[in-house]
Amino acid sequence: MSRLRRSMLFVPGNNPGMIRDAHIYGSDSIMFDLEDSVAITEKDAARFLVYKALTQLRYGSKELVVRINDLSSGLGVADLEAIVRARPDVIRLPKTDSAKDVIECEREIERIEREAGIPVGSTGMMAAIESANGVLNAKEIAFSSKRLIGIALGAEDYVTDLKTTRSPEGIELMFARGMIVNAAKAAGIMALDTVYSDVNNEEGFIAEATMIRKMGFDGKSVINPRQIAPLHAVFTPSEKDLMKAHAIMEAIAEANARGSGVASLKGKMIDKPVVARAQYLLEMAERAKTITVEEV
Amino acid sequence: MEIKKTGVAGTMESSDIIVRIEPKETEGVELKLESAVMQQFGRQIEKVIRETLGELGVTRAYVDAVDKGALDCTVAARTLAAAYRAAESTDYVWNGGRVK
Repeated sequence: MSRLRRSMLFVPGNNPGMIRDAHIYGSDSIMFDLEDSVAITEKDAARFLVYKALTQLRYGSKELVVRINDLSSGLGVADLEAIVRARPDVIRLPKTDSAKDVIECEREIERIEREAGIPVGSTGMMAAIESANGVLNAKEIAFSSKRLIGIALGAEDYVTDLKTTRSPEGIELMFARGMIVNAAKAAGIMALDTVYSDVNNEEGFIAEATMIRKMGFDGKSVINPRQIAPLHAVFTPSEKDLMKAHAIMEAIAEANARGSGVASLKGKMIDKPVVARAQYLLEMAERAKTITVEEV
Repeated sequence: MEIKKTGVAGTMESSDIIVRIEPKETEGVELKLESAVMQQFGRQIEKVIRETLGELGVTRAYVDAVDKGALDCTVAARTLAAAYRAAESTDYVWNGGRVK
């Protein structure tokens, strides 16, 4: 089973205190940001800081992601020169409008990997879609590179592009979320949701997390460590769900032992998709358990 | 690397360090350090600053650093940023591989 990415904690790339403490909050991934949270005059300083942190600090088994500046900004390639050499797990490309953006970024990553003697293909990528055009191109983006571990929605720029604003219910994001989750699943990669900016509204945050999990998203970016525990609670299967999944697996095992391909549980037929869902749920719970044990 | 003008990097926030590097006409790096944890880590901070400048080939500079409890990696990162700014250079070196 692939890695859990329920939560991806944004860490401003020019903040040494947050970079130092980022691993203690229990997010599945840590995302060091060189883009929007860094002032234009501090891009060089943030690059040095994130580079040094990646090469000198230990973050255990956490997945380390770095959000670079987009290539058209004139800063993206300089970010890649430093960051690819620091060997993070994933480079997050912002403002992805088309497959071409991903391919261009991949070309630079590959060149740097060769120059630095890093195994070609070992740097993962994720693409953040943040415009109306990008959403329409979600499918070609999702299929554009084998390096992609997922595609993500960046809502702030997206709603600006739509000339609307974000609401607590997220009605303005329904189409984008639908497109992104569907494109990601068709490509066999993860769908990662945008941040929930109102950190003091925990109820709203949980409602949104519950909705995106239901839609098929694998996780969400968070901007405050306080959002991690409630997010994990939403993405961790309940006892009731787990008991049901176990019962399904037992019923199908019994049926297989009897030589029958058909099983039923409490009068309901159990077919292949039901088994696949139960299996996924159990694997997810197992993975979450492993992470919790590691952190203790 | 030649220090051409004053270069500053870092902030006064906790866990950070401000490093100011200025041109010096004579050979040698003259370092003035102020730290909230001078007793325990003063020597280590000075070592990281001098080593980082040494790797860049900076041999003439005045360095003024105010530390607020920065880790070694932060001290090195701020020294690098200040030095490149002071040298007006973007010819960065990452992992030994020179960036073109």
